[in-house]
Amino acid sequence: MSELQVIGVSKSYAGRKIIDNVSLTLHEGELICLLGVSGSGKTTLFNVISGLVAPDNGEVLLDGEVITSRPGHISYMLQKDLLLPYRTIEDNVALPLLIRGMPKADARRQVSPYFQEFGLDGTQKKYPRQLSGGMRQRAALMRTYMFSGNVALLDEPFSALDTITKSEIHTWYLNIMERIHLSTLFITHDIDEAILLSDRICLLTGKPGRITEEICITEPKPRRKDFNLSDEFLKYKRKILAIIEADRCT
Amino acid sequence: MKKKLRSITSTINALSAIVLVLIIWQAICMSGLVPGYMLPSPFQVMQAFLSEFPLLMENAKVTLAEAFIGLLCGVTIGFLMAVLMDRFEKLYKAFYPLIVLTQTIPTVAIAPLLVLWFGYEMLPKVILIVIATFFPITVGVLEGFRSADEDAVNLLRAMGASRMQIFRYIKFPGAMGSFFASLRISASYSVVGAVISEWLGGFSGLGVYMTRVKKAFSFDKMFAVIFLISFLSLVLMKLVDLAQRKCMPWENQKDI
Repeated sequence: MSELQVIGVSKSYAGRKIIDNVSLTLHEGELICLLGVSGSGKTTLFNVISGLVAPDNGEVLLDGEVITSRPGHISYMLQKDLLLPYRTIEDNVALPLLIRGMPKADARRQVSPYFQEFGLDGTQKKYPRQLSGGMRQRAALMRTYMFSGNVALLDEPFSALDTITKSEIHTWYLNIMERIHLSTLFITHDIDEAILLSDRICLLTGKPGRITEEICITEPKPRRKDFNLSDEFLKYKRKILAIIEADRCT
Repeated sequence: MKKKLRSITSTINALSAIVLVLIIWQAICMSGLVPGYMLPSPFQVMQAFLSEFPLLMENAKVTLAEAFIGLLCGVTIGFLMAVLMDRFEKLYKAFYPLIVLTQTIPTVAIAPLLVLWFGYEMLPKVILIVIATFFPITVGVLEGFRSADEDAVNLLRAMGASRMQIFRYIKFPGAMGSFFASLRISASYSVVGAVISEWLGGFSGLGVYMTRVKKAFSFDKMFAVIFLISFLSLVLMKLVDLAQRKCMPWENQKDI
């Protein structure tokens, strides 16, 4: 059971409020997209959730335990894979375990069964630069998983990938989420990606950023192949575009 | 494969340039344009080198010992300073300008002082080499530490890493490249530094040998020792390259 709760979080930088009273709950196995124009405070919210930044108000709870401004509970993944170039893939994904103080041999043993699962078998002894972009992102996700178990924060993780790799990795991601019981909080500014992946989309709008709208994507998972060409898909997209447009005008 | 071929061709190019210079030099000497006692021919230099070989080796041993000890101390001090200055911003602000200042003092100018203070034995030489070699290391390694990716540091912090762990997993390995680049410079400084310090006082070493043959106007021996010194520097730099390959295996891996 993993449930992430964000309750009434606000944060200002240099007197300017970035996010205001943001609350959300991420249930087990759920994928929530945070969608918003740039500057709406998505990344600030992530920094608060991961414990890197202390919020002015509000709390973050993981399975009911307060983890506000306590790093070391939830990891995240960025557009940059941030794999360390001088460590093999195996040692990169084992890094969170080493940081917890686990001996190297044990850490390697613990990560090894997951290589198959993440489609990275055979890359154990390779260095990151020997892998393709899509594989590196999968390795980065595996590292995130090794760290925080069932909750993953992803900050535009796939935005640097080309369209085909991206659509492949989307399918793969939904698949693996199911298998390893992962809950995901996902930042993106790609509306299509958000509709395709999410159970719920939270729209972060205004300055300071607030969650003003929540849209449930009722299309059952796994989603059909042509979902992104269907009328429902377009309906969602129109609705989101209208909200974002309205936000930009105010 | 292609890369190897290219490196062979570039070696051939460099070698043929050197051979060309030697041939021109030999031709000038044989033509009688320059008197033989002023500029010995490469052939004479070679002969001098062979006849003086045991003596040269004996002196080279002393010089290399000084260079090694000096380099080792210089690198250790340089590295520690970089670590401390990276950790404590105040230390960086206070000492960095001072360190830069030490490098504006010409080595030749302080060497006689060092001899007066510390005598004719090894100590003044080692001190001089330390002064010459720590600086590139400090600057290079510090630069390496500071260029650590901010996002990577934050990611490790989010994983709950301590400052020590961030140093161990990100800063230290990230600075290896610039460390070896600096080490290459420092290694060549160390040999030159040893020779210069021997010029100004000492009992043995290639620098002492040099002053002796200069006084005897044996220019052929002079050239022989000059070549030996540059050869030793080259060997040292090559050793640094080998160490780098050994310590940074990820650099040798082929890309996809």
